[in-house]
Amino acid sequence: MTAARRIFHILHAASLPACAAAICILSLAAAPLRAGDIPLNQRQSGYDTMGRDTRAMQDDDTANPATLWLLDGEALWSKKEGAAGKACADCHTDAATSMKGVAARYPAFNTKQNKPLDIEGRINNCRTEHQQAQPLPFENKDLLALTAYVARQSRGMAIAPPPENMQPVVDQGRAIFEKRQGQLNLSCAQCHDDNWGRKLAGSAIPQGHPNGYPLYRLEWQSVGSLQRRLRNCLIGMRAEGYALGSPEYVALEAFLMWRARGMKMESPAVRP
Amino acid sequence: MNRTPSGLRSHSQKPAGTLVPGLVALLASLAAAQAQDRVKPYAVVREAIPLSLTGKPGDPARGRAIVANRQVGLCLLCHSASIIPEEQFQGDLAPDLAGAGSRWKIGELRLRIVDAGRFNANTIMPAYYKTGGLTRVGSSFAGKPILSAEQIEDVVAYLATLREVKK
Ligand code: HEC
Ligand code: HEC
Ligand code: HEC
Repeated sequence: MTAARRIFHILHAASLPACAAAICILSLAAAPLRAGDIPLNQRQSGYDTMGRDTRAMQDDDTANPATLWLLDGEALWSKKEGAAGKACADCHTDAATSMKGVAARYPAFNTKQNKPLDIEGRINNCRTEHQQAQPLPFENKDLLALTAYVARQSRGMAIAPPPENMQPVVDQGRAIFEKRQGQLNLSCAQCHDDNWGRKLAGSAIPQGHPNGYPLYRLEWQSVGSLQRRLRNCLIGMRAEGYALGSPEYVALEAFLMWRARGMKMESPAVRP
Repeated sequence: MNRTPSGLRSHSQKPAGTLVPGLVALLASLAAAQAQDRVKPYAVVREAIPLSLTGKPGDPARGRAIVANRQVGLCLLCHSASIIPEEQFQGDLAPDLAGAGSRWKIGELRLRIVDAGRFNANTIMPAYYKTGGLTRVGSSFAGKPILSAEQIEDVVAYLATLREVKK
């Protein structure tokens, strides 16, 4: 994390999303598919292949357990934190406006840190830099709650294609996605590009899209981040996980968002 | 999707180690040398391993239990097996194992389990008796084959009993 710094142009924060999104639509929208990529019109969300009961849970906020995390997130949004004594709301005012569409275009390249940040990384950056508070550890309840609350403001919106300055990160993510790893010598692509829809030990392999995160997973009995999901798949491959928050996970997230560009955000979703 | 008959397309795969810098390569070869202790040499003759890895025949009953166990054999993650009806959660990424003993000679079955990549370089079926050429293996599995020589002989002995029922 960088040292805490005071930032003056706070009010500009809310005007960033629109222009960033406009640039990306021009740049990467036409990035070519490669052999083996899922054709755009055949893509489907994990939602589409899950059982009726699980879908009903996601469809109804009062039945979706992730709503508890959303409520926590909403409360934390207005809670003053850190040496600066500022709440998210002090700078970003109403999340429904300021955070609309933001999660749909992350990970994004942060020029100040000269590295890509996913949405968790971005929130932690505001904690350290703007609130002068400690960063929250990954999978920490408050970080999940804030991330779910921010991502909720993009629900129903299309995932934006990443801008040009993210291309190297997307490429790095693709390389990891296509690399065979672990004792089972499998790649992510062998399951999620080549064999989606087929059954692995009785349950359908989804295409592996990131559009619902953070989400409530019945198996976890909790909300969890996209990185936690990726770690689960690596464990399944009997591969060494990356450290949570590592550049490799951010690159995978960026590639998955590129792969899912145009699909609708569902956060916080429910998955089996 | 572009599915080949085996259900896979080829993702280009560089042989491991091509770009590894010197020190890492040295460490990797030391690790491989240690790993070799767990994987004894075997001879491949015409797409088959004719001789038992242990010098003894395996036990088909133990082999069935290994195949049926999704955490040990892992076979049912991918394969269906109509001859193991009590296991509900089976895969459909790979052929039904019923009749495997009619389709393949015992030495071919042994090579298939030991190193399925010999039959199809792009297969998703893992090599069960191999520790080299892998990347980022989880620390609790590093240097170990998925199954031991004894377990493989048990599995092979079981598969050999799976005969196609003549109609
Ligand atoms: C052996 C097959 C297999 C491999 C290899 C694999 N996955 Fe998965 N993945 C699955 C299955 C099965 C699920 C769904 C699990 C469930 O719902 O219980 C899943 C779920 C996911 C999801 C969540 C999708 C959703 O709708 O919420 C993502 C994202 C994902 N995988 C990404 C990856 C990445 C990245 C890799 C490589 C690091 C990978 N997977 C490797 C089988 C695999
Ligand atoms: C002191 C003011 C301040 C506080 C407090 C603050 N932020 Fe920020 N935030 C900013 C500024 C300024 C930016 C624009 C990027 C930059 O320059 O750092 C930003 C950017 C963001 C972004 C990315 C927006 C985009 O369009 O890419 C997110 C998400 C975000 N903040 C979330 C939060 C959350 C959640 C909190 C509370 C935990 C918070 N911020 C607290 C000032 C603040
Ligand atoms: C990750 C998926 C996967 C796992 C795990 C797996 N296989 Fe396979 N297996 C395949 C695929 C796919 C094929 C089809 C041929 C090919 O692509 O190599 C295959 C082919 C075979 C064949 C030859 C096909 C035939 O005619 O019957 C046999 C026998 C076989 N596997 C046995 C096993 C056994 C026994 C296990 C467990 C010890 C196992 N496999 C585990 C994916 C798998």
